[in-house]
Amino acid sequence: MSAQMLRVTEIEALSPLVKRFRFEHPGGKKLPLFSGGAHVVVEMPDGDLLRRNAYSLISDPQDGSGYEIAVRREDGGRGGSRFMHSNVGQGDTLRISTPLNLFSLDARARKHVLIAGGIGITPIIAQMRQLLRMQDRFEIHYAARLRSEAAGLRLLPRLPHIHSHISDEGDRMDLGAILDRQPIGTHVYTCGPEGLITAVAQCAARLGWPRGSLHSEVFLAPPPGRAFEVTLAKSGRTVTVGPHQSLLEALEEAQVEIDWSCRGGACGRCETDVVSCHGRIEHNDHWLSEDEHSSQTKIMPCVSRFRGRELIIDR
Amino acid sequence: MPATKFTPSIISRPIYGGLTPHGTVPALMLASGPGGEALLDLIAADPAVLPHATVIYIPEGSDLGPRLEAQGPASYVEAASYASILPRFRKLLAEAPMNTRLYLAGTEGLIGQATAEALAAGMLLEAIEAEHRGSLARRMQCVHCKGITEDVTTDPFTCSHCGLSLFVRDHYSRRYAAFQGVCVDAETPGEVPPKQEIKA
Repeated sequence: MSAQMLRVTEIEALSPLVKRFRFEHPGGKKLPLFSGGAHVVVEMPDGDLLRRNAYSLISDPQDGSGYEIAVRREDGGRGGSRFMHSNVGQGDTLRISTPLNLFSLDARARKHVLIAGGIGITPIIAQMRQLLRMQDRFEIHYAARLRSEAAGLRLLPRLPHIHSHISDEGDRMDLGAILDRQPIGTHVYTCGPEGLITAVAQCAARLGWPRGSLHSEVFLAPPPGRAFEVTLAKSGRTVTVGPHQSLLEALEEAQVEIDWSCRGGACGRCETDVVSCHGRIEHNDHWLSEDEHSSQTKIMPCVSRFRGRELIIDR
Repeated sequence: MPATKFTPSIISRPIYGGLTPHGTVPALMLASGPGGEALLDLIAADPAVLPHATVIYIPEGSDLGPRLEAQGPASYVEAASYASILPRFRKLLAEAPMNTRLYLAGTEGLIGQATAEALAAGMLLEAIEAEHRGSLARRMQCVHCKGITEDVTTDPFTCSHCGLSLFVRDHYSRRYAAFQGVCVDAETPGEVPPKQEIKA
């Protein structure tokens, strides 16, 4: 995973829980351009721990002068967002990966409908900037609970085809009304809680939409669980995965070479073959198929866990 | 006439899965000649496809028109040719909502052209059902002058635009909805192999 050290040049509170960070090259060099929907992985050296979190870029994909992300503080989370909010200051340098896009706009679309829930607005902001530049037809529907917490309101321009729905004010997003009667060639992009992505998929299915027109992204934080042991087939070693650690992080700690990208169960880069499994793999990813999940022949170390007597993986 | 079976040897040729009903959603149905029978089979399999269906039928000498109209679709149009109905087909696509299904039945040339048109309008391939009925004739594009010759039944054949003798290649272009024809006597002008009937 290629990455470079970038300097924090701006920090701005978009809401009480969300901060915007801008990163620039310390020597003023241009950064690689990206496409709307791309994310970067930010490395956070936190004591003995090296935290790595993926964040969607919110800046203009065609602007290489800097990268911007918006981070929501998750007080019940594993600590990455708390680190960004409390430990990172202007002038600090952090290692930031080259952007990667798992949520790109579909070039076949004649119209784009972008649906965001809460902090899920972030990739949609960069997609919007790209669509405005390309002069493509689009509409945005952004749902948030409270106006005071709706960081997206600060990032979205006031345009007639950009709609905000604040549920606390009685304006709930009506997916049926949004999707009904859209013209052929419409593609829908949803980012937000799993419940929103499922609701969009169900609504589209009920209306009879083809599935290929639906795109979504959900980054998972590795869920905690019971500690478990994994045996590595290539070295015969055994690693222990702590309750708040992911298998990927445990492998990294044990200096096992493993490729990764999104660290959230979406991209497929850390896919690992299972040599033998006596027990049950707790699959949490969006990458493997249902058959692969049930056959227990593969595991995504970034988000999935194990319960049982013995798990041997091909590492 | 039953659904046309192809030899599986031509890997670039699309495979037409047959018409599977998708229930009560807006439907565009476009058929030519014996393709009308495929529409009748579809309607018999699930009459729910009819109430929101626009049926366009190009008889090409077939007498299935009155039977199709009698099924009672939301609207029924008979057309002299695909070219003559194209402006209307385009307008229907432009006004179609996202849950529209397209059912195509007839010759490969009709299916290919209508599919290319629907894809250009933004429709996804998964929303298009197609069934080949009728002639095995190929729609050919001359790779030299780019002209299209319809209903080619022999190999080689004469390009209807530039007059070259063309070899029928098993190379299908989805973009042009046509097979590619290449000059058969480029190196030995006038030495054209005898014509054979196209059987696949």
